[in-house]
Amino acid sequence: MSLAGGWGRRGRPTRTVVWTLLFLGGVLMVMPFVYMLSTSLKQNVEVYQLSLLPRAPTLANYRRLAAASGFPRWFLNSLVIAVLTTLSVLFFDSLVGYTLAKFRFRGRRLVFFAILSTLMIPTEMLVLPWYVMSKNLGWLDTYWGIMFPGMMTGFGTFLMKQFFESVPDELLEAARVDGLGEFQIWWRIAVPLVGPALSALAIFTFLGNWTAFLWPLISTTKRELYTLPVGLASFSGEFQTEWEMVMTGASVATLPMLLVFVALQKYIVRGVMLAGIKG
Amino acid sequence: MGGPARPGPGRPLRLPMLDRLSLRTRRTLSAWAFLALPVAFYVAIRFYPTADALLTSLTDWNIVGPRRFVGLDNYRRLATDPTFWKVMGNTFQYLIVGVTVSLTLSFLVAYHLDRVRFGHALLRALYFVPHLTTAVAMAWVWRWLYQPVPIGVFNGLLVWAGLPQQPFLRSTEQALYAVLAPAIWAGLGFQVVIFLAGLKAIPQEYYEAAAIDGAGNWRALVHVTLPLLRPTVVFLVVVSSIAFLRIFDYVYSMTNGQGGPLDSTKPLVLKIYETAFGHFQMGYATAQTVVLFVILLAISLLQLRLLRSA
Amino acid sequence: MRTGKWLLVALGLTLAIAGTAGAQTVEIEYWQYTFAQRVQAIDELIKRFEAENPGIKVKHTHVPYDDFRLKIAAAIPAGQGPDVVQLFYGWLQDYLKAKLLQPLPTELFDSAEIERDFFPLVKQMKVDGRYYAVPTAVRSLSLFWNRKLFAEAGLDPAKPPQTLDELLVMARKLTKTDAAGNLLQAGMALDMGLQDHHWLREVLIRQMGGQPYSTDGRSVAYNTPAGHRAVAWYSDLATKHKVGQFGFLTDGVTAFRSGKAGLMIDGSFRLAAFDAQTGLDYAVTELPTHQGKRSNFASYWVNGITPKATGAKRDAAAKFLKFITTPAAMELWLEKVGELPARKAVAERDAIRTHPKYGAFIRGLAYAEATFFVNETAQRKLFMDMVDRVVLKSQPVPESVAQAAAEEQKLLDAFFK
Repeated sequence: MSLAGGWGRRGRPTRTVVWTLLFLGGVLMVMPFVYMLSTSLKQNVEVYQLSLLPRAPTLANYRRLAAASGFPRWFLNSLVIAVLTTLSVLFFDSLVGYTLAKFRFRGRRLVFFAILSTLMIPTEMLVLPWYVMSKNLGWLDTYWGIMFPGMMTGFGTFLMKQFFESVPDELLEAARVDGLGEFQIWWRIAVPLVGPALSALAIFTFLGNWTAFLWPLISTTKRELYTLPVGLASFSGEFQTEWEMVMTGASVATLPMLLVFVALQKYIVRGVMLAGIKG
Repeated sequence: MGGPARPGPGRPLRLPMLDRLSLRTRRTLSAWAFLALPVAFYVAIRFYPTADALLTSLTDWNIVGPRRFVGLDNYRRLATDPTFWKVMGNTFQYLIVGVTVSLTLSFLVAYHLDRVRFGHALLRALYFVPHLTTAVAMAWVWRWLYQPVPIGVFNGLLVWAGLPQQPFLRSTEQALYAVLAPAIWAGLGFQVVIFLAGLKAIPQEYYEAAAIDGAGNWRALVHVTLPLLRPTVVFLVVVSSIAFLRIFDYVYSMTNGQGGPLDSTKPLVLKIYETAFGHFQMGYATAQTVVLFVILLAISLLQLRLLRSA
Repeated sequence: MRTGKWLLVALGLTLAIAGTAGAQTVEIEYWQYTFAQRVQAIDELIKRFEAENPGIKVKHTHVPYDDFRLKIAAAIPAGQGPDVVQLFYGWLQDYLKAKLLQPLPTELFDSAEIERDFFPLVKQMKVDGRYYAVPTAVRSLSLFWNRKLFAEAGLDPAKPPQTLDELLVMARKLTKTDAAGNLLQAGMALDMGLQDHHWLREVLIRQMGGQPYSTDGRSVAYNTPAGHRAVAWYSDLATKHKVGQFGFLTDGVTAFRSGKAGLMIDGSFRLAAFDAQTGLDYAVTELPTHQGKRSNFASYWVNGITPKATGAKRDAAAKFLKFITTPAAMELWLEKVGELPARKAVAERDAIRTHPKYGAFIRGLAYAEATFFVNETAQRKLFMDMVDRVVLKSQPVPESVAQAAAEEQKLLDAFFK
């Protein structure tokens, strides 16, 4: 239980003050967005003046962005890659998490710790060997080449294991007695019981992939294959001194996630909370 | 799903020869069947490259041509490289200041937000939204905000209040904190939500007991809330520490990849990137990644041990 | 779910295979960094080249500037990437060390011919008697001034400063601050990260009576009173006279473009960007002299052939390279990109010499030096740090210069050993 509404001996004035402070804090948190959006709507001349709202708002920058760059393609790339990777993670991490939670066999602890230890290995160290590997196998400049490092994760496996542990063994035994194969037991009985965990994992994985930068940067050379962050970074050369374009690019990159959040706020927050409790 | 267990003979399995194996063995086989592909994946994608990196750190290699074995030379070089120590200092500053400030702020917000009913979802959204953004995009926006008058918002406010302008990104003293600010800003929402979850998980009975004992808000906080939040705090400390130790995107985008001015903002990962892709010294760069790995490992283990000793 | 995974693998393989599908014609790849006008120029040149050479197809890839070197360094040893590659002349040594270039075939690229037709700076591309790259265009520096701001400040908009002393006087008049002393308009845009470090190295140091390096290029020569004077004069612009501020309006180009700086030193490649800015009334003149001395810095991007191009591809690559360095190609480049032709005969045609914008740059080329960089990135950073120490940490100029000189000497020694 939280203390919602419980203020003890302090009364209304304190509550109002605290609420106001929280609200002001929240406004400060979103100020950078407001400024970013506002600048993207400004005409070139107005950009270098310190005004919060544009005097003569224009969509010209957005039009220019759509025409001059590969934004739509980059958006699509990011979307496809994020979705496919998330599906793979959901499948494999829950399968492995389940196996580690519900089966007893020699080497179980070793496998678990090994997978967990991969959390400690920084991607920065792996990026070069991955590059050499990709180059040798012809995976550069392909969707697969961008995706493969993230198809399964130690974090997700750990999370799913925690959740599967609370699935009652009796249910699984009953299913075995009924003659279901192990895979079916997992797929039809165990998985539906960990719905909240799956959605939490889906959200984290999607967000992580959507904003991934270093590996997609290294593994692609062709503009058509850029993901959104990489494409965005490429603006810093071309439009380097055109800040209204830079802000427009940033706005377009940020807006989709904002909209998704507004639509799914409840699930996203619940997902993060679940992860925190079990973590 | 599932009702009372139904006794009776099971359906025959598809592979009759497995009938001869014990139930235990069958289950073990299934387990390994499930694990086969993932284990192969982790070995190929995580462990093999790690070994490769460790080996490369013992060589001198510029991507082209053969690797020349040089033993621990790269590490010896690191020990005497002044930029390396500067960079380590920066990285730890990011870590200590980042974790302390962000956790303090997020706790304050979560603690008070927890008690708010009216507009709770809206306020929570306001704090969480920055977490959904791409670092590259936000780094630009903040860079823009830090500009001197006439276009910078922060300096505009300072000047309007009659205070002197600040150089922010152009100052060797302020730049690191200027770069840290958006990183903290973006992570705040995540921490707030996790704290909210942790606060929610504290049973109401504890507070009621404390109230009966005559404890006020402050004592309830110190004796009930904080101790019970320990797992949450440890989780957040570990996760944030790892994030701040690996900071890269913000520094890269706010300092034109330089880590300046005068290396005052350069963290370890930027130096790694520069060594590998700017100077093409792969052996030296991987040695640095190994150092990063060791530090991450050490800090995570240390913090997990602190959790154990609750 | 499992089928989904196999589909994925199949997709990846298909994409990989498709990328290597061969054809009857020879296909070569050209890589350069992303810059709108250069991309357009190359596209046009490719069109013309392919029309003249039906058996050759040129694939044009452009990479964002920040990742350009990284991508090339990673791709070429992997047997991928370009056959013909663009590089900054200052990177030649790095590229040779990393084995990213092969010598140009002498049938199409005769040393004597190159040295006769191109500006002398091109000789730096010759190593051990063979040329490794040739330029299409060269750039030099000039002084840009904002005529509207001049008029507002009471200066004659048709008379830019001719000497460094005049520059200082006019910059002061062009500087505007508010009541609290905050800079609102810079007399001069200062930016060591752009061209100012070249101006300092090849122009100011020489004009103060010194030289940046010894004649053989192996020793640092600016740790002298002349060198100190140059660095002091430059940093004083920001610290003492306050006619400019580093980081004002994010960078020098933005400051000048937005009409908030009266003067700026930049290269000919900036002309297109300034021309596109509505309302910017600017003009160009030669760099100011000092005590009768003039100097300029010239730089150029070159194109070379990578080791990846062998056999028929190598011939095709050489043909393409030859094509983009013909006088006609240079004229197109001048028109589209605003960079000056690398062939003397083309550059010194009257129409160009007396052009209101290009003229100053061409005249500057005549007395320009191109620094022999052993590591352009590192040497640039050294200079930036040197000025930063003076401006941000108030380190005395002689100390900072001595420190930079020592570090740079180490770089040179490591290279020449």
